[in-house]
Amino acid sequence: MTVFGVRHHGPGSARSLRAALTALGPDMVLIEGPPEADGLVALAADPAMEPPAALLGYVPGQPGRAAFWPFAGFSPEWQAIRYALAAGIPARFCDLPASHQLAMRDGTAATTRSREDPVARLAAAAGYDDAERWWEDVVEHVPGPAVFGAVAEAIEILRDQDPGAEQDAVREAYMRRVIRAARREGFGRIAVVCGAWHVPALRQGPPAAADDRLLRGLPKVKVAFTWVPWTYGRLASASGYGAGVRSPGWYHHLFEVPGQPVERWLARAAAVLRGEGIAASPAHVIEAVRLASALAALRGRPLAGLDEVTEAAQAVLCEGSDLLTGLIQRKLVVGERLGAVPPATPMVPLQRDLRDQQRALKLRPEAVPRDYDLDLRKPNDLARSRLLHRLALLGVDWGTPGAGRVRSTGTFRESWQLAWRPELDLALIEGCVWGNTTETAAAARVLSLAAGAPLDRLTALTEGCLLADLSGALPGLLAALRERAALDTDVTHLMAALPALVRAARYGDVRSTDPARLGEVAAGLITRICTGLPLAVASLDQDAERDVRSRIDAVHSAVGLLADEASRSAWLDTLGRLAGRCPPLISGRLTRLLLDAGRITPGEAALRMTREMSAGAAVAAAAGWAEGFLAGSGLLLVHDDALLGLADGWLAALSADDFRAVLPALRRTFGAFAAPERRAIGEKAARLDGSGRVPPPAAAAADLDEARAVPAIGAVARILGIPMVRGSAYGSGTETVARS
Amino acid sequence: MTAEAIAALRPHAEAEHAAELAALAAGDTRPRPPGWRLSPWAVTTYVLGGTAAGGTVITPKYVGSRRLVEVAVATLATDRALLLLGVPGTAKTWLSEHLAAAISGDSTLLVQGTAGTAEEAVRYGWNYARLIAEGPSRDALVPGPVMRAMASGQIARVEELTRMPSDVQDALITILSEKTLPIPELGSELQAVRGFNLIATANDRDRGVNELSSALRRRFNTVVLPVPASADEEVDIVTRRVAQLGRSIGLPEMPDGAGEIRRVVTVFRELREGVTEDGRARVKSPSGTLSAAEAISVVTSGLALAAHFGDGVLRAADVAGGITGAVVQDPVSDQVVWQEYLEAVVREREGWGDFYHACREAAG
Repeated sequence: MTVFGVRHHGPGSARSLRAALTALGPDMVLIEGPPEADGLVALAADPAMEPPAALLGYVPGQPGRAAFWPFAGFSPEWQAIRYALAAGIPARFCDLPASHQLAMRDGTAATTRSREDPVARLAAAAGYDDAERWWEDVVEHVPGPAVFGAVAEAIEILRDQDPGAEQDAVREAYMRRVIRAARREGFGRIAVVCGAWHVPALRQGPPAAADDRLLRGLPKVKVAFTWVPWTYGRLASASGYGAGVRSPGWYHHLFEVPGQPVERWLARAAAVLRGEGIAASPAHVIEAVRLASALAALRGRPLAGLDEVTEAAQAVLCEGSDLLTGLIQRKLVVGERLGAVPPATPMVPLQRDLRDQQRALKLRPEAVPRDYDLDLRKPNDLARSRLLHRLALLGVDWGTPGAGRVRSTGTFRESWQLAWRPELDLALIEGCVWGNTTETAAAARVLSLAAGAPLDRLTALTEGCLLADLSGALPGLLAALRERAALDTDVTHLMAALPALVRAARYGDVRSTDPARLGEVAAGLITRICTGLPLAVASLDQDAERDVRSRIDAVHSAVGLLADEASRSAWLDTLGRLAGRCPPLISGRLTRLLLDAGRITPGEAALRMTREMSAGAAVAAAAGWAEGFLAGSGLLLVHDDALLGLADGWLAALSADDFRAVLPALRRTFGAFAAPERRAIGEKAARLDGSGRVPPPAAAAADLDEARAVPAIGAVARILGIPMVRGSAYGSGTETVARS
Repeated sequence: MTAEAIAALRPHAEAEHAAELAALAAGDTRPRPPGWRLSPWAVTTYVLGGTAAGGTVITPKYVGSRRLVEVAVATLATDRALLLLGVPGTAKTWLSEHLAAAISGDSTLLVQGTAGTAEEAVRYGWNYARLIAEGPSRDALVPGPVMRAMASGQIARVEELTRMPSDVQDALITILSEKTLPIPELGSELQAVRGFNLIATANDRDRGVNELSSALRRRFNTVVLPVPASADEEVDIVTRRVAQLGRSIGLPEMPDGAGEIRRVVTVFRELREGVTEDGRARVKSPSGTLSAAEAISVVTSGLALAAHFGDGVLRAADVAGGITGAVVQDPVSDQVVWQEYLEAVVREREGWGDFYHACREAAG
């Protein structure tokens, strides 16, 4: 038996190990890893398998309990597996089974091997402050099997001083047991590949009986295994992986390139900078290579290492900039590589379904965030959008909806940013409990979420359901919605919930779903709002008043969108009843909504305005009424001379103190108007005398040639799809158009 | 030379540390790049401190990252010009002087970059009497510092490179890329002798500077000198420099002023970083840079006050005036920042009562 102590991700170890294995010609390879995954080893030889990939062990039904065993192409363990598969000899894992490891852990997901790196202690003993640099100098740059013996000896001395944790003892006992079993099976030349720390314990350990005692009665859970793609970003210790490496990209480079690693590395760094539009010429690369070599010579290192190339790149290529150095660090040193696993990998059905859809929709999982602008009029994009919405409902956050590069408010566009993370596989496995395809699983999850959700969350779910085209979940969701609406006593909740629901009904058109059912529920909701509104608007303080006003606006536009005549008239009736008996801000608002809807005549509106803003009304109340009435658009004042005259008369009659008191409210009102509106109001107001009387029409206004205006108005009316009253006067003609 | 150096107010680095340089040169067995007095290893040791082969203790000249110094030395060894960047007071000039002293034994080949620096300073001028009498000749030519460095194979220094007008800066391009200086008037050129190189410093905070052209920029390797990483490091720098300055201006030896020095450094660091050392409170930052160099001058003037007018011990009152002047650069806005800092941070701090009162008094 030969034991090879390696560093878990070291390209030099990997290369030396491959050479050593070829020289040794073992008849079996044992590798530190979970033995339950023995059946998955063969997949490593599949041409579709691309490291980095990780073995994922999870307890079915308890998604939190899972562990990853990552492998990169430059991992010695990976090379050992590949060697064994190519040589046709068995390769098995010999670590303590994950069923015990996961049972011993307290249920939190974590990665394995989180012990202090023994290499760090060796490096410290050699006077290096940086373990990776020491390792690079003594191992990566000194190829050959001799290094395994030297490392093993050093570890032996370390272990004499500090025998290590109890957990290690158990794991090593199990490894010895596996080795004994392999011997009994008749294997003679066994190669064991494990962390350098374990080498002394595997070479000579206590007798089998002692190991059996140690291994007796360990807790156990059922564990399932699969391969999942892994990323270099997660391999870096920056993400908290105990035995990780800070620079997987650099190690990958060292392992893959045939020679001249420094030159090739700096050329790649220059290419990265050029990709960002920064001038990095071959002359720069030449100078950077020279500087890196000079630095290595100055420091007495055999070859420029990561520190030297990084410093050379910073001084020459990046001109001292931290920002650019950070870019190289992210893109090259760590790298953004995402592995791939072959189709034959055991997958939960949900994963398989997603993979099929990804292929069909040409959406590749990538580690680097990438933006997609989807045009929902195209079938493929629509399907992509549905898939992403379904995944979002399932809690698999592959895509984040974002503001796209194409600025568009149209309902047929959607922007997503997609970035695949290894944890998403775990989320998919968790999602398995809901169903076997993204569609059924998402629908089931939505219904379970709906069970306890408040009303506005329910309507948001309904909207999500439509976006994801989960018509199966819709009836249940709507039933829950109806029930919740019936029980909810707070009308503001209903009002908050309505817009999303109506929006959902509108989306139905673009997404070719049937909006009829939604419309029914929305209409029901409106009925309830109409009943509850009178109570809701009574006795409000100022902030609440403002809040209710914006909710009424939202509901009003939702009612308009729904295009259901019965609900619309019920809503307007309610508003009409309420307009006289509610706080001034809301009263003003309701009057305006009724006027716009044609429920009251301009004359009636003017009458109300006179009343509300007469001398008897409190100044603050009058200002509030005006704010509510005028909010949103000042066009009314431009076109209705009577109203403008009223407002002007009221303003002119205010005392200086009163004027100061209402100024904030006026500023809020007029400040929100568009600049041309303000200008037009100002121009008209300049002709008023402050008496509140309607001014004589300006000469210019009377100068209109109605005969010439009629065809234009007719064209506008046709575009808007409304009938034009034949022979109507200029004034009523514009009103028809303006109202619609 | 030595007598002269002792008499000088501020001796050149190569004179002040002549003994250290000689000891390093004597024990230096490593290969030296052509034209260098010391090997790169010895230069690094000279700058960062250590022990020479004969047992001579080398004092550290630059306190900071070893890596940065190594990159700087390696740059010069590879024949590339070195650009030291940093905010004021990060020892750019200091480092360039010592590098030049260690490498060529001469730190005096210096061009000070100002808005008025003319091309003659970078290249050459003429002895006009001779030019008129004899016509253009090599003898009538007055070489500038860079040209002299080229001729003798030494290090030339350019201070505040970005303050020079752009056309003068660009005169360096040929020198750095071709390593020759054409003299069209004589129809000849001067080729640099091996060992010639150039160290430039530039301030990356200044406004209104002349940005380097990309053609020039890419002839330089850039090293950015940071502000001291930790309070201890900064205290160390200030203490060391103050002791050196004190000797050169003949101040009597002082009992330990470390407490007061730490206080000055703490105030400077907190104001510079905008947060107190314990990370509990935010403070506003004044407009000045508050570098280690300014802390050094505050402490030195405090020492002078204590020696000549006080009781010979550095006390809070001695540094209060200096520190107020250093922080309050803008009489309006910085005054507010300083008052706020005094009231909100200094007043509450245990054992800082004397400092608080001294500063209040100094502020008037």
